[in-house]
Amino acid sequence: MSKTKTLDFVKKYTMIIVLILVIGLFAVATKGTILLPMNVSSLISQNAYVFILATGMLLCILTGGNIDLSVGSVVCFTGAVGATLMVTYKVPWYLAVVIMLIVGILIGAFQAFWIAFVRIPPFIVTLAGMLIFRGLSNVVLNGMTISVKNCTTFVNVFGGGANCYIPDIFKFNGFNMTCMVAGAIATALFIGLQIKNRAARLKKHYEVEGAFSFWGKLVFISAVILAFSFRLSQHKGIPTVLVWVLLVIIIYGFITSSTKTGRYFYAVGGNEKATKLSGINTNKVYFLAYTNMGLLAALAGMVTIARLTSAQPTYGQNYEMDAIGSCFIGGASAYGGIGTVPGVIIGAVLMGTINLGMSLMGVDQNMQKVVKGLVLLAAVIFDVVSKRGGKLISKD
Amino acid sequence: MADYILEMRNITKTFPGVKALDNVQLQVERGEIHALVGENGAGKSTLMNVLSGIYPYGSYEGDIVYNGKVCNFHTIKDSEGCGIVIIHQELALVPYMTIAENMFLGNERANSGVINWNETYELAKKYLDIVGLKESPQTLIKDIGVGKQQLVEIAKALAKNAKLLILDEPTSSLNEEDSRALLELLLKFKKDGMTSIIISHKLNEVSYVADKITVIRDGCSIETLDKQVDDFSESRIIKGMVGREMSDRFPKREPHISDIKLEVRNWTAYHPLYSERKVVDNVNFNVRKGEIVGISGLMGAGRTELAMSLFGKSYGENISGELFIDGKEVKLNSVKDAIAHGLAYVTEDRKGNGLILSNPIKINTTLANLNGVSKNGIIDKDEEYNVASEYREKLGIKCPTVEQNVGNLSGGNQQKVLLAKWMYTDPDILILDEPTRGIDVGAKYEIYCIMNDLVAAGKSVIMISSEMPEILGMCDRIYVMNEGKMVAELKGSETSQELIMSHIIKTA
Repeated sequence: MSKTKTLDFVKKYTMIIVLILVIGLFAVATKGTILLPMNVSSLISQNAYVFILATGMLLCILTGGNIDLSVGSVVCFTGAVGATLMVTYKVPWYLAVVIMLIVGILIGAFQAFWIAFVRIPPFIVTLAGMLIFRGLSNVVLNGMTISVKNCTTFVNVFGGGANCYIPDIFKFNGFNMTCMVAGAIATALFIGLQIKNRAARLKKHYEVEGAFSFWGKLVFISAVILAFSFRLSQHKGIPTVLVWVLLVIIIYGFITSSTKTGRYFYAVGGNEKATKLSGINTNKVYFLAYTNMGLLAALAGMVTIARLTSAQPTYGQNYEMDAIGSCFIGGASAYGGIGTVPGVIIGAVLMGTINLGMSLMGVDQNMQKVVKGLVLLAAVIFDVVSKRGGKLISKD
Repeated sequence: MADYILEMRNITKTFPGVKALDNVQLQVERGEIHALVGENGAGKSTLMNVLSGIYPYGSYEGDIVYNGKVCNFHTIKDSEGCGIVIIHQELALVPYMTIAENMFLGNERANSGVINWNETYELAKKYLDIVGLKESPQTLIKDIGVGKQQLVEIAKALAKNAKLLILDEPTSSLNEEDSRALLELLLKFKKDGMTSIIISHKLNEVSYVADKITVIRDGCSIETLDKQVDDFSESRIIKGMVGREMSDRFPKREPHISDIKLEVRNWTAYHPLYSERKVVDNVNFNVRKGEIVGISGLMGAGRTELAMSLFGKSYGENISGELFIDGKEVKLNSVKDAIAHGLAYVTEDRKGNGLILSNPIKINTTLANLNGVSKNGIIDKDEEYNVASEYREKLGIKCPTVEQNVGNLSGGNQQKVLLAKWMYTDPDILILDEPTRGIDVGAKYEIYCIMNDLVAAGKSVIMISSEMPEILGMCDRIYVMNEGKMVAELKGSETSQELIMSHIIKTA
């Protein structure tokens, strides 16, 4: 590979390379502990809310680098509402779930209205939302903790607690075959689809990426999926929360990459005036982004109270920062218009790995924050500087 | 020998693909008022940007000799340090700061960073008196009118110890009375020994106030007229401004013009912020099938505003008037409506309003008609690639693949992508706003060919352009617009640049 090619490769896959390096580093520093099945599994269950929120946050950021500061409070509030309904009012769990989702959408729509149609800056609206819903969570919970330990179905479905895994149908001792089979099927599906796509494009004489890079990518991703399923199989199998996370990733990955609606988010962030003059209602695009954020915050609320088997007025604090950080580390542009769901997921995994690795190493909580902050800063500096053609100091 | 305060010798400035200035000469005598005239895009502003250091030393060829010394200005600060101060057409004042604060912005009266307000206000008062503005220095800029703001700009320049004052279209946003006052002020400065360069379209003002006039055309300095020697009449100046020869820079076309396609009656639109200001004033015009209609006029005449207000009310407030397509009245309340009725507006500002520079050609091509490549809201990316490739071939867009970001293309190719985007919406009426701005001669010719193909296919084209040769070379019919009004309708074959210019000047 020539020098420019190497540079392009590094630029394209920076975060993946960084992720591999970071995992390697922690594997050495923790003498392999971080790669133990239990820790791989807990990486998912601990960070499920980040994956979900970061996906929603991506849509907001795409519209022009706008962030939603209220998500942590909304997570807490919807969780509080759900717990109160299920525990205090004995509402069946499925009904509570539906109500939580509706509450999330309404909150999202409320904030989205001011942002999209009245054009109040998102920073202000969501800062207000952050205060409002934090306060309301306290009101709903009366400042107390509500335990949802006894709502077992709810807890199991949303993947908290010790036994929230997809049941194994094969029942080997110490190895969850179901998980491995699911991983194998997913890999096979992935490979099949990729090859079919490539063949179809070749047949129509479209441009395809080089064989080396295509097969390289295919092998790499398959290996990751398989290794990951193998590790999970060695623990207790597929955490139920992983199903929700995957669902969100797949749905939103599809929306952003392949639908008209998804295209609009990128267009608004890329050039709002041009988008407007192309006959697209940009107000609606903003509205959709922030309403959707409410919906996903509600889902994250369920995941959060299920994992902690309770609702507390302090839950969800700084969740917005985790989500925003994952987006920017994952390559979303601070000016909008650029960013992908897979990228954001890699950003979230990187953040989660750093968290987990440092915890395993016994690094002080406060130092962990310092490191996370530095990683975020470095990621955005890299984004901005590389877009300026490598010049560090802005001259305009 | 004359005492020149400023000589610009053999100035050449090239932008990617365009030679904006070609061996320009400018000599300004001490204590005179020197006018710079020329059509839009002739290179007047570029020349002044070279002088003031906005285009730094090294980015152009030639010498700037100021007070007998060759100067290398790297920033505006350098030129201002020598007493060369430029006042731009768009006023650069901060609305929520006071007159005094604005006057000394970046030039604060301060000791070790602490502002001396007494001195600031005293000095501000002094300079305001010189320019004859009776306002307290503590008045906020937003509370005074444009005419007074212009005076503040001049006072600000004086506060920088200006020896050579450059005014770019100083009266373009002023009314009659304020304009007159400003010109008198310049004459008064002249008596006090100040040298000024004034850029203006208003030739009556120029011939009234100037001692010498340098005419710039197509990036070249054509001639310098002297009040004592030469004829200063408007027709003489216009001849210098437009007197170029027409060659076959325009592809030939056999017009096949049929019924009226679009008709606009009594169209009026107001400014979105200053709701009492009429930007488009009772405009009537039409375009036929297979016809290219030109709208000529100066910058700020309201042409873009007219086009955008027609295009689904994307500009202006309180829009009134009637719009007929194929003889039927239609109401276009959104861009979506306009597109659905076969209208396309290709913006003059392709980077700001037209393209998403950070996105590939294919995504830009389909943006205004995503339905064409999608089913049930899901985009068929192969189809999208095909469509974009088709247009790439049809319009001759030079790029390795349609996956390339439009930000990396040349101006001409960007313009073609923008055209492709709107052609893909399958419009019947295309409004092309400055379709050849900032692109080179070869690409211009290709754009003209595309326009000819469009009308040959029975479409109607409305071309807004400040370049008179292309209006004359391409259009079957020409409307002249000035200050929001249609002031003339001319046949393409029976008109000349002088005639168009005189219609504009007459109503200015």
